[in-house]
Amino acid sequence: MNKRNFIRGILYAALTLLALICLIPFAMMIINSTRSNTEIVRGFTLIPGKSLIENYKNMMYHMDVSDGVFKGIWLGYKNSFIIAISVTILSGYFSALTAYGFYAYDFKGKKVLFILILIMMMIPSQLGLLGFYELNKALKTLDSYIPLIVPSIATPFTVFFMRQYLVSTMHPALLEAARIDGANEFSIFHKIVLPIMLPAIATMSIFTFIGAWNNYLIPLTIIVSPHKYPLPVLMGYLKGGKVSENLGSMYLAISMSVAPIIIAFMFLSKYIISSISAGSVKE
Amino acid sequence: MNSRNKYGYLFIAPFFIVFSIFGIYPILLSLYMSFTDYKGIGSPFNANWVGLQQYARLLKDTYFLQAFINTWKIWGVNIILQLALALILAVIFSDVRLKLKGVSLYRAIFYLPNLMTVSSVALLFLFILDWQHGALNGLLLKAGFISKPVNWLGQPQTAQLSVSLIQTWLWFGHTFIIIFAGIEGISKDYFEAAMIDGASRTQTFFKVTLPLLKPIMIYVVITSLIGGLQLFEIPFLMSQNGLGGPEGSLVTMVLYLYNQAFKYRNFGYAAAVAYGLFFIILIFSIFVFKGMFKEEA
Repeated sequence: MNKRNFIRGILYAALTLLALICLIPFAMMIINSTRSNTEIVRGFTLIPGKSLIENYKNMMYHMDVSDGVFKGIWLGYKNSFIIAISVTILSGYFSALTAYGFYAYDFKGKKVLFILILIMMMIPSQLGLLGFYELNKALKTLDSYIPLIVPSIATPFTVFFMRQYLVSTMHPALLEAARIDGANEFSIFHKIVLPIMLPAIATMSIFTFIGAWNNYLIPLTIIVSPHKYPLPVLMGYLKGGKVSENLGSMYLAISMSVAPIIIAFMFLSKYIISSISAGSVKE
Repeated sequence: MNSRNKYGYLFIAPFFIVFSIFGIYPILLSLYMSFTDYKGIGSPFNANWVGLQQYARLLKDTYFLQAFINTWKIWGVNIILQLALALILAVIFSDVRLKLKGVSLYRAIFYLPNLMTVSSVALLFLFILDWQHGALNGLLLKAGFISKPVNWLGQPQTAQLSVSLIQTWLWFGHTFIIIFAGIEGISKDYFEAAMIDGASRTQTFFKVTLPLLKPIMIYVVITSLIGGLQLFEIPFLMSQNGLGGPEGSLVTMVLYLYNQAFKYRNFGYAAAVAYGLFFIILIFSIFVFKGMFKEEA
């Protein structure tokens, strides 16, 4: 019995160490954003400094001046929120619509089209990257949010996930009853099916939102005006500019860019983890 | 087909219209571009058709080979560490005799890095690993593990290792959750039977747990392979926006693709690189899939 407690003690110590390794970079990030440049250069401590406001002012100042157009990190927030929320809504609604189309109706070519969705799930996104860029050049939609938002109407993995959900939870009898009552097909979808699918939509929305928030490569190639940058691209842009000369300001900017994700995770962690366990959801 | 079923087309129409325009067409356009010498000016349809020349160039390109090797090195170290760590954690937490508490808290903490904006993570580590002012060197110096600062991102080996370790840091929690769910899904009867037969912990792990986890392991390895071979953000941001780090050690395949297209404007060639990368991913996914199932037979 004693030996088992001893092993347990060692394991807890090792696990706690591992947990610390996971958290320390975040601690460094947050603590350093409150410290001045000279304090940071001198070395790391766990004690917060007093330069938070100064770092913030310095960050905002340099963001404004650096190119004369860009107006601070809050614009980056706004851009990221506009993109991520639009993507989440479009992807949630149209994936549910598509999944229901595959679930509820038998039409010619249904199998082939569904297999096409499965194949597209497997294809790495970089394969179409250059074609995507050229397409948007031809459509004159470069440097706009259209290429970042509109394609989310077609999200293969979300459709797949939602169809599986429908197969396991939906009762065809419910649809029949609605049809006998004379409801048309679209109001059946909006009034009966959509509410039933809400849990699946909510689950996918969390991952869609985080994915859209974190997206880097596509906006990097599509967006050229700094004032249109979403946060991740903005962070890369700041690195080359004046803001990064002050370490505290840079740490603060990085902290601010991940803050919404950390806050979301605090509230949704149980939900997120059980979704991954259940469905092996991949970003 | 009864008339109501025609609604099916209406329901799936928006998806397939957008899908054709923004999903399938760009892939075909990339394919077309890979057969031309398109330089990113004007339209790819006005560029010269060069047949398989770009692909021939790809096969002889030592820089691409270097990128291929870099990507595999970075991914390989990462997947081994990540799987080992995730397996150990899953086994420890599912051990019926140890009865460890706090799984959900540890799991949440281990998973947290995975949700972070990768570009922010890259920048964060760029500053943490900084040679002169970085927090890591500061910490190690203070603790006495090293006597002078290590230039982590200044040498090929340590630069690649740093990226591997960051990838492991980002992904082991995710893999742990999946493998842990897999072990929890295995019927307790197997473990009890093994215990009654007098199997040791090691025997139980290798003869019972691991074989039953095989499908999940395949899933983890293949998804990680697909993601890992497309590694871009971290090497890009950690090497001065794509310069590629010391001796080009951080040039991954997608970074090479990006530079070819958006830096050197070799769109035709970059498209061939994209298809090359696609076939590499396809071949190795099939290879992993077949290899891991064959053992079982």
